[in-house]
Amino acid sequence: MTTLATTTARIAEAATPLDGRLPVAPLLERVRAGREFGPNVYSTVDVLWVLYDRILRVTPATADHPDRDRFLLSKGHAVAGYYAVLAAKGFVPPDWLDDQGGPESRLGDHPDRTLVPGVEIGSGSLGHGLGLAVGSALGLRAQGLLEPRVYVLLGDAELDEGSNHEAIAYAGTAGLGNLTAIVVDNSSATHGWPGGVANRFTVNGWTAATVDGRDHAALHTALTGHHGHRPHLVVAVVESGEQP
Amino acid sequence: MRESFVDTTTTLLAEDPRTALVLADISAAAFAPAAERHPDRVLNVGIREQLMLGVAGGLALTGLRPIVHSYAPFLVERAYEQIKLDLDHQGVHAVLVSVGASYDRAAAGRTHLSPADVALLDTLAGWTVHAPGHPAEVPGLLRAAVAADTSAYLRLSSAHNERPHAGDGALVVMRDAGAGAPLLIAVGPMLDAALAAVADLPVTVAYTHRPRPFDTAGLRALAGTEVILVEPYLAGTSVRLVSTALADRPHRLLALGVGREELRRYGSAEDHTRWHGLDAAGLRRSLTGFLSPARV
Repeated sequence: MTTLATTTARIAEAATPLDGRLPVAPLLERVRAGREFGPNVYSTVDVLWVLYDRILRVTPATADHPDRDRFLLSKGHAVAGYYAVLAAKGFVPPDWLDDQGGPESRLGDHPDRTLVPGVEIGSGSLGHGLGLAVGSALGLRAQGLLEPRVYVLLGDAELDEGSNHEAIAYAGTAGLGNLTAIVVDNSSATHGWPGGVANRFTVNGWTAATVDGRDHAALHTALTGHHGHRPHLVVAVVESGEQP
Repeated sequence: MRESFVDTTTTLLAEDPRTALVLADISAAAFAPAAERHPDRVLNVGIREQLMLGVAGGLALTGLRPIVHSYAPFLVERAYEQIKLDLDHQGVHAVLVSVGASYDRAAAGRTHLSPADVALLDTLAGWTVHAPGHPAEVPGLLRAAVAADTSAYLRLSSAHNERPHAGDGALVVMRDAGAGAPLLIAVGPMLDAALAAVADLPVTVAYTHRPRPFDTAGLRALAGTEVILVEPYLAGTSVRLVSTALADRPHRLLALGVGREELRRYGSAEDHTRWHGLDAAGLRRSLTGFLSPARV
């Protein structure tokens, strides 16, 4: 039997051995406030933490700087871990987590970039983040901003939306070397992706790495594995319905 | 009008490094010289309208000023959620420029008709809409729209009046029938037919090429008891705004424009103008019915 207490204990246990991850678990619990979280929340928090802790060159002080890396959360429902990580990294006050979704809260069930510091896009309706990421990558390139990268996180079920495939094909053709897409694959697409998620990207000229979505070292290697003039994909595989 | 748009946009791309153009194959050949000069800011994404608007949103997020262009049904209707979310919800802005207004491409059939474009944009907040009545009106309107930092829609048509009319979009009286006369408001390319329709009637005619924001102050200053709207898109599109502006006054309102029914007929744009009752004779018939027996 899984009780709230044992679930909480498992989160703490999972967080403890990993250097730097400790701040997130209690913050995630503040967002949760006793509610049931779907597996999507737990499947995304690892990659979010690796991104914000070790990859993204952005801080609360540089959140509006033209040279910052951009992180776009396309699967906007994976918001609990996102808010917890943003709080852990100082983008939002931890107090905000306690009233998530409340009438005076800035933290909705999907994020709004105009309400939450550090949030690059408002999302929720699936299939919008990758197009916005492609446009952001093009905009940076057009302005000679060659250092910052654009990272966008999607889910495997989100790939059902056709708009993603418009963006995947074009980003490959356009050689968007400053773009990294991350697909958290928890096998939730109703009809699956026979042959794998990565194939949809690599056939269009992307480089790709498929890794264990819980393995922080593997995630780090994959997330820094881009090179040259091609967009890069990281598929973070997590077990369907997995709890911490 | 398309040529005027291409020339002005090509110049704007050269003048201002903040300007970008996003295409989905439509008019790509006309912009080839601009694309050669500014390969990073003239972006043809192929026949991908959702991506076209998503890219525009992303460009705007990085500080560029995107101009987005296609046929009206593909620009506004096909990618409506991208307009709503990738621009408006992100708090960023773009200039959308369509060709193929209403039934300009009559022989192409329903797939290329888009009389509901302005009504659809009316479901969103803060959009400026221009419906120029002459190719010579396009450069000024486009320049002003790009220079602003809000979102705008330029609805270019192959239909046009004989002469251009300048102005900032406020209602301009083209024919004054005196205080208290019925007021006819003609939008964009509808002006010449409207003037011909009322040639011997005591009707004041005002013109605008900027239906949004609607010049409600001008409307209140000019309107008596009867108001007639003649619009080149879906009939009744501006009724909500006129009724709201005149809510404190007893008035009668006739709204003429493109009908809602799918005609399933081809022919020319002129044929459709006649079938929708928007030629001078058709407008005259509707006006006579509306104004009689009081005035005609």
